[in-house]
Formats: sequence, C-alpha cells, structure tokens
Amino acid sequence: MDIKELYQEIILDHGKNPRNKNICKDFNKDAKGHNPLCGDKVHIYLKLDNEKKLENISFEGEGCAISMASASIMTEIIKGKQFNIAKKIQEDFLNMIKEGSKLNMNSLTDTENMTMMSLSGVKRFPMRVKCATLAWHTFIEAVEGNKKIVNTEN
Amino acid sequence: MDTKEIKSKFPIFKNKVNGKQLVYLDSANSSQKPKTVIDRISKFYSKEFSNVGRSVHSLAVTATNRFEETRDLMKKYINAKYREEIIFTKNATEAINLVASTYGEKFIESGDEILITELEHHANYVPWHFIREKKGAIIKFAKCNDKGEVDIDEIKKLITNKTKIIAITHISNVTGAIMPIKKIVDLASQKKIPVLVDGCQGAPHVKVDMQELGCDFYAISCHKMYGPTGVGILYAKKKWVDALPPYQGGGGMIEEVKKNNITFPGSPTKFEAGTLQTAEVVGFSESIKFIKDVGIKNIMKHEKEILEYGLEKIKKNNSVKIIGEPKNRGSIISFTIKGIHPHDIATILDEDGVAIRAGHHCCQILHDKMGLAASARASLGIYNSKEDIDILSNAIKKCNKIFNN
Repeated sequence: MDIKELYQEIILDHGKNPRNKNICKDFNKDAKGHNPLCGDKVHIYLKLDNEKKLENISFEGEGCAISMASASIMTEIIKGKQFNIAKKIQEDFLNMIKEGSKLNMNSLTDTENMTMMSLSGVKRFPMRVKCATLAWHTFIEAVEGNKKIVNTEN
Repeated sequence: MDTKEIKSKFPIFKNKVNGKQLVYLDSANSSQKPKTVIDRISKFYSKEFSNVGRSVHSLAVTATNRFEETRDLMKKYINAKYREEIIFTKNATEAINLVASTYGEKFIESGDEILITELEHHANYVPWHFIREKKGAIIKFAKCNDKGEVDIDEIKKLITNKTKIIAITHISNVTGAIMPIKKIVDLASQKKIPVLVDGCQGAPHVKVDMQELGCDFYAISCHKMYGPTGVGILYAKKKWVDALPPYQGGGGMIEEVKKNNITFPGSPTKFEAGTLQTAEVVGFSESIKFIKDVGIKNIMKHEKEILEYGLEKIKKNNSVKIIGEPKNRGSIISFTIKGIHPHDIATILDEDGVAIRAGHHCCQILHDKMGLAASARASLGIYNSKEDIDILSNAIKKCNKIFNN
C-alpha cells in the first residue's frame, strides 16, 4: 500500500481545513482527550438535547493530520444524529480502524460512508491508530463518562 | 571513515524496512548494536552464565570476573580514578534517580535550591521534582536562549548560597547544544556545589574524561553507546559514593543482616541491589571495545562531517525550520516542516525506510518554551553516511509533495 492511501485527499483536506473546529456556544457536555505519546490533544464540545439528539458538536485541539482530520470528519458525520446512532457509528469506525472490518451503516449516506472509509488506511499503521481514534473515544466520554478525560495510555 | 564497513558490523542493516534500505537516524533515542555485542551476550548465556558475586562455583567465578571486567573497562574509558566510582544501574534514568534520591535525602532540605536548565530531558527533571515535593526544595531553571543553548551566565546568575546541586545535560537531545561542563564545574566548585551531568548524548559521541570534566556525577545510557538495553552507568566521585546512603535495599548490597540492625558494604556493592542485568553488562564490554577500536576522535570527526552536510542540505529546503543554532552542536538535527505535524513526517519518512523520532523527545519544558507541541528529530550514529542524509532530504521533499506545500 502506498503512503498516499493513508494521506488521501479527504484526510489532507480535513487536516488542513478542519470542520467544526471551535467551541460551540451552546454546548452542555464536553471532554478532553490526550495522547501523551504523540502529544495529540482534542477537546470535544457538544449539545445533547432532551431527546438525546446531538444538536451540535465541535472540537478544539492540536495534533497530526490524522487526529485532526478524524475529529473533523467525526463532527461532520454525527452532528444532528441521535446519540444511540452516533454511538453505533463510533463502534463501527473503531472496528474498521482496529480490525479492518467494513463499514456497514444504513444510517450513513454514501458520501459519509466514503469520508469515513478514507481513514481506513490507518489500520496498516499501528502507531497511528490512537491518533485516529482519540476524538471518537473522547466524544463518548463527553456523553457517558464520569472523568471527562480520555488518556490513550490509561 | 568507511561507513559501508562500519554498517557491515551491524546486522540490523542487512534487513529491509518497508522494502527499503534502513536509514537509521534515531541514535539519540537508542543506537543499533554491533554483531560483537550481540554475539557476546549469546556466548555468555551459552557458555559462561551464572549469577555474579554470590556462589563459589566455577561458573559464578567466571561470570563475576566477566561482569567486573566491564566495570574496569568503563573506569578506564571515562578515566575514573577508582572502580568504586562506577555503579551499574538499569539505565541513565535510574542513575539520576539514584543521586536525586540518596543525595536529596541526605543533603537537601526545605528551601534549598536545585539548579537545572530548560534543556533537560524529563529524566533530569522528574527525579528532582520528587525531591522538591518531598523536601520542599526549589527547582530553578537556567534559561535556554534563541540558539537553543544555555549561556553560562544564566547559570551563574542563579547560583545562590542555597544551591545544593547543579544537574545539567552534557548535550541537549533536542537542540544538540554541547554544554560547557568544565566551566560550569569550575563555577560550581567555587561554592562547593556538586554537579551532576546527564551524559546520555555525551558519552556515545564525544570524549568523556572524568578528570578533565571534573563533575561529581555523570549518568550514562549504555544502549545509546551501541550497547544492550537494561544497562546504565552512574559515575560518582569517590567522596560521594562514600558519603551517600544505599539506594535500593535487597540481596547483594548488605554486609550483615540482623533482626535489629543491618550494615552495608562500600561502593559499588551498596548501590547494586539484587541480581543485575548480568549478560547485558558483559555484552556492554564489547561496545566499549567497539568504540575504542573505531576511536572516539574518529567518531567525533565523522559525525561532525555528516552533521554539517546534513544541516546544509536540509536548510536548503525552505519549508524546513531547524531547531536551535548552538555554537557547539552534537550530532542532532531537530526540525519542523511548515504545515506538517512531526508525526505525519515520521510516518511518511518511515515509508522510505528512514527512522527518525517525532514528539517532544521527553523535553516538554523546552518544547513549551519554543511554542511547539512536537518536533521531528534526526540523530546520528557512527554508521550514518552522506547517502543517508540524501535519502532523508528526499523523503522530506516527499512530505512537501504529499501535503502540497
């Protein structure tokens, strides 16, 4: 596999021009993620309404192209979705990155599927898996966790 | 220097990495090992192994002799006065912890000052932080300048009557700055302040002579000196090995054990508790022999040549910013590329067989100061050639190409 399959256009684009990279003003949940080995940092802000719909989600942080693109792609895809669906997407994403399994989501549009798939090349780079998964773990922590801090080494 | 011949002594270079010839530029992290070192460990386990310093059978005697021969070789190599001044530890980190813990326990009180620099590796800060917490001591940081070096006046300014120890790196593992150890020791000795030197990046690359440097403690990482992992060495002046209490307690480091009292022998025994990394210490004797055979002067000359070639070549790429511009630089080139995170650089370089380090290199204080979360670092060893630099330089251009900058 060529290195360009890891650094696909979609990833480079999201890495350079991350979507939803700000602190959304209406957030009611947040969590921080830290990858101490790499130094990647991400802070997820989201608004979960009474019906458990992710009304808004944004992030701040710094890190490599993979971690920033992954955070950007995640916010774009799960914004506006019900949390239980977003959680399934997260699980599916983790399986794709870690196990190489195919995405099998009916709730995603073809474009969303393709965007998520662009990160599948990370699987071949074990040292970079944590970069790709950081934002996704942090998102779950923001909604369900007690500590509100994710550390990839714990 | 015939790097082809040098490389042929290191079996790792026979392997391909990602289908490419290995360009190993991560020696500041850990160096590769010559075949003689690898073979020595294998031979020791196959023919000579036994625990050292305990049993009286023939194997134990042989093993003890081989183990102690490394101590003698190292004593000679760094020109220590006494063999008691050479203490084996598991790594340089433990060597510094040993001093921080024992010296700190005995000589540092509340309000006393520990003087370090902004260049320090976490291994020469965190152990002192523990003493700060435990004793209520103060840690002062000598500032690093724009060139990535610490001016001796910065150190001079911070020395007070409360300064109990100066702990400094010999060579920065980020900027490559070589510190004027001898001058700092002269300065400190006027006030009778002991000096600990973190020699991790010093011992493998420059001449280290304890009588010339005059420092009180010198910590060495053997795996950075073409030796096995699991071995570090603490050089501590005789007066300190006599004055300091034992570090860890256990077997092998006692004189007499009674229910109401325990007495301890002298150095190095009192500092070497439990079974040590026997085979690795024996293997390390071959590393010293390897360095002596090549000659430290030749190593210095060769690495300087490759370093200068590398700096010149990499500077030509406008998107690259080299970190630090110290007057005296060890064989380290840390850099950033505009718009590309160091971890992405490292992954792209790796695809071409180029092994570099990306991160804060255990120097968060320094990276914070420079306003960086991370940097990329190419560090040299005796096996590196100009061709390695050319491959590095091309791989950096590939990063530019992928990221379109």
